[in-house]
Amino acid sequence: MGSSQSTSEEVRELVGKTGFSSDQIEQLHRRFKQLSGNQLTIRKENFNNIPDLELNPIRSKIIRAFFDNRNLRKAPTGLADEINFEDFLTIMSYFRPIETNMDEEQLEHCRKEKLRFLFHMYDSDSDGRITLEEYRNVVEELLSGNPHIEKESARSIADGAMMEAASVCVGQMHPEWSGEVFQLRKAYVCVF
Amino acid sequence: MAYHLFVPPNAWNWLPLLLLLVVVVFRFPGAACDLNVSSNSTSHSEPKAHFAAAAAAAAVATTASSEQDERLPVFSLDYDYVQIPYEVTLWILLASLAKIGFHLYHKLPGLMPESCLLIIVGALVGGIIFGTDHKSPPVMDSSIYFLYLLPPIVLEGGYFMPTRPFFENIGSILWWSGMGALLNAFGIGLSLYLICQVKAFGLSDVNLLQNLLFGSMISAVDPVAAVLAVFEEAHVNEQLYMMIFGEALLNDGISVVLYNILIAFTKMHKFEDIEPVDILAGFARFIVVGVGGVFFGIIFGFISAFITRFTQNISAIEPLIVFMFSYLSYLAAETLYLSGILAITACAVTMKKYVEENVSQTSYTTIKYFMKMLSSVSETLIFIFMGVSTVGKDHEWNWAFVCFTLIFCQIWRAISVFALFYVSNQFRTFPFTVKDQCIIFYSGLRGAGSFSLAFLLPLSLFPRKKMFVTATLVIIYFTVFIQGMTIGPLVRYLDVKKTNKKESINEELHTRLMDHLKAGIEDVCGQWSHYQVRDKFKKFDHKYLRKILIRENQPKSSIVSLYKKLEMKQAIEMVETGILSTTAFMIPLQAQRIQGTKRLSPEDVESMRDILTHNMYQVRQRTLSYNKYNLRTETSEKQAKEILIRRQHTFRESLRKGNSLPWGKPSGIKNIRYLSFPYSNPHSANRETGTGVFTDDDSSDAIFFPVTFKPHGRTGSLQERRQQPEMIPMERLRRGGRSLNLGGQRSAARGDQMSRVRPPLIPKPQFHAVDEEYESGEEEEEETRVVGPRWTAEPRNGKEYHKSHSPLLPRK
Repeated sequence: MGSSQSTSEEVRELVGKTGFSSDQIEQLHRRFKQLSGNQLTIRKENFNNIPDLELNPIRSKIIRAFFDNRNLRKAPTGLADEINFEDFLTIMSYFRPIETNMDEEQLEHCRKEKLRFLFHMYDSDSDGRITLEEYRNVVEELLSGNPHIEKESARSIADGAMMEAASVCVGQMHPEWSGEVFQLRKAYVCVF
Repeated sequence: MAYHLFVPPNAWNWLPLLLLLVVVVFRFPGAACDLNVSSNSTSHSEPKAHFAAAAAAAAVATTASSEQDERLPVFSLDYDYVQIPYEVTLWILLASLAKIGFHLYHKLPGLMPESCLLIIVGALVGGIIFGTDHKSPPVMDSSIYFLYLLPPIVLEGGYFMPTRPFFENIGSILWWSGMGALLNAFGIGLSLYLICQVKAFGLSDVNLLQNLLFGSMISAVDPVAAVLAVFEEAHVNEQLYMMIFGEALLNDGISVVLYNILIAFTKMHKFEDIEPVDILAGFARFIVVGVGGVFFGIIFGFISAFITRFTQNISAIEPLIVFMFSYLSYLAAETLYLSGILAITACAVTMKKYVEENVSQTSYTTIKYFMKMLSSVSETLIFIFMGVSTVGKDHEWNWAFVCFTLIFCQIWRAISVFALFYVSNQFRTFPFTVKDQCIIFYSGLRGAGSFSLAFLLPLSLFPRKKMFVTATLVIIYFTVFIQGMTIGPLVRYLDVKKTNKKESINEELHTRLMDHLKAGIEDVCGQWSHYQVRDKFKKFDHKYLRKILIRENQPKSSIVSLYKKLEMKQAIEMVETGILSTTAFMIPLQAQRIQGTKRLSPEDVESMRDILTHNMYQVRQRTLSYNKYNLRTETSEKQAKEILIRRQHTFRESLRKGNSLPWGKPSGIKNIRYLSFPYSNPHSANRETGTGVFTDDDSSDAIFFPVTFKPHGRTGSLQERRQQPEMIPMERLRRGGRSLNLGGQRSAARGDQMSRVRPPLIPKPQFHAVDEEYESGEEEEEETRVVGPRWTAEPRNGKEYHKSHSPLLPRK
């Protein structure tokens, strides 16, 4: 699991756990080493080494997603301080394309996992719900690259979006709720 | 001879077109007078003869001989002078009238594509011309076609191309169009050559090159007219649409390039002289021509975008610049024997983004419509000419050639579709299903492109040109009529995956988020890919290009623009229907208000939800209006509406100033959400928006639909702050008495606000306080839609809402 002991045994284990092929694992491992500076774990600061990421408006959310315990499947709340390679792979596995040879149930499961990942990105306080504040936060971040937009506009956009979602499903945006999933599905699943 | 044309007055009279009749009738008196005058010297005693000349004109015409005119003719006629433009105009008008008729009869557009109609009209005209031995105007010759008729069509295709899906699928599109065209061309050519070898068919004099040329001509697909209309109507998924569209766009260019190369080969006289080096040169040339054309197009696109930056004072020349530069790119590319078609396409694509921001609204509309008009005209002329040349003596029918061409076209298209897509599916995230591929195969309609190329074959090099033309015509007729008519039902039968695009803020937000997320993950992985490229391009674009090319550059966000667009749309709908509807924005409530609110009963929630659904963001399905045959009219009235809205707004403002509504709104209310307009001044900071309450699961039905209305008569400070010039209050739509939740009004969370608006357009600011009366009890509704004029008929319990209903009643 550490970078120095990638025996084929462990690789196989990782293949089983995350679904990546061994080539991909090798590649990701190299990248992991690069990011971590040959350490066994990565911390948030390591992500500063990625120059292009600086320009990404939702940078903080992305980085946070890597350390989010819910994504790492370790705990229902909180952030980890550092992640090891297996955790890194776990997060990356959310972005694997859906394979055509999966059956319905696996497909459903995969999709849900992806949606959950996204949900966690919105839901920053880990209470299982997306409040209007959190939604606003997202919109503000998305528009943060644009100096001409005032906060108010961002808020009104978020409000509008929220109401739109409300029209689809009354209630809160809970990940289990078909309403939100429905809403998100439309936009996401086909892109994923 | 001028009189030659008067031979068939009866023929013209058959056509039930008033226009022609009028025209024709107009001509006769002139002719007769002329004749009379010329025979003046002989008989002054027949002044009446010419007035009854209409029927006799024919006879007169044939017997008349041109005698010297000693006198000044009072009426004379010279048809030769105007013949060409006259007849061309007549054709275009004829086709337009036919189109009108076509659309008036409702069933017909569903039955057959418009190009069928055009061909039929052309055949009719051709029949007439043939029957009357008239010499048709020389509309079609090589230079006219390539210089005047083709560019508008291609320009329109390029301009209305949806850029994002195009570039997302560009790999597949290029692979499919390029390789597909080549595969088809060579496949058909070679197969036909083999057929020609068979002595029995009498085709042995058609050599390989000619066959290859024919193959390249016939493989030019033109599905735009028929297929895309069907697709739009059936809302097929975007990838499929894009494939067909992209193929149509690039296919022309590629075929023409191939055609030119092969013609050059043919001109090298001896087939045996062609060495492998020539073939290699041919390939290289193919690439150079293609890439060079695109390059030219991009340069011209940038230049014209740059120029439009400075045209704010003379916006009348903006369309001119757009068109002239596109045309120039075409011509410049053609000068160097590069592909003009690809050049003009690239120019249009490049130009569009920047030009759209620079030009004024009217120029934008002008450009759009003018482009469609030009391309319509071109296409019409080509189709009519095609019809005209169908009926004639210029044909050579060879059963074998024609039949085999037909068969091979289908076979090779099938082969190319399935083979190429099999390969490209390996690389795609969303593979094309077999159904999709079947549709793509079936939509291989040939059109005007093939015909033009066939018609323009130089006879010297192609002694059997007539046979080619005949075969091309047969293929076109077959594909357009049979395939064109049946593809609609086929699409519906196969139940192709539909597009799920709906314009909504959420989707836009999510899509944006996803893009950034994916780009970010790619960064983390250290991989370059799709999103990276797009990201980088966007950054480059923002940093450099937009600064240079756009005046008053304001960084645009697609989210904000979509939002504004949606609001605008809603405002327009509102104005159109004369009814105000709420924006469904949250009422900003104080926290304690939330606690104090009543729970809503389920049917209230239901009704509220219904109301919301119907009133909120009634955005139209986003259809892709790339089809010149269905021009969407939505944006054209924008400006007028906007002016109207603004005027109302200022009017309302002036009213409001003197307001003092005695509705005692509790001061805690802050429920303002106004529409914002794109040109709004950024005073929006005055609003307060509270927290939405979606998170209480105990009051899952406590959704407060903020009704926005101006809080009159409240604390002065609040009032001032709320008066934002750019906003229009949106009011709750009352639909047959449903209870509306006003949230935070008085003490209860429910209330109604009745606002009656008289249908004429100025929505008055009716700001009434809550009326508790309108409880959910009154659900008598059956209608679930915005009710417009209906309202005028309903006096509701004499509540005072109606006070301010007459539009110009000054309030207070």
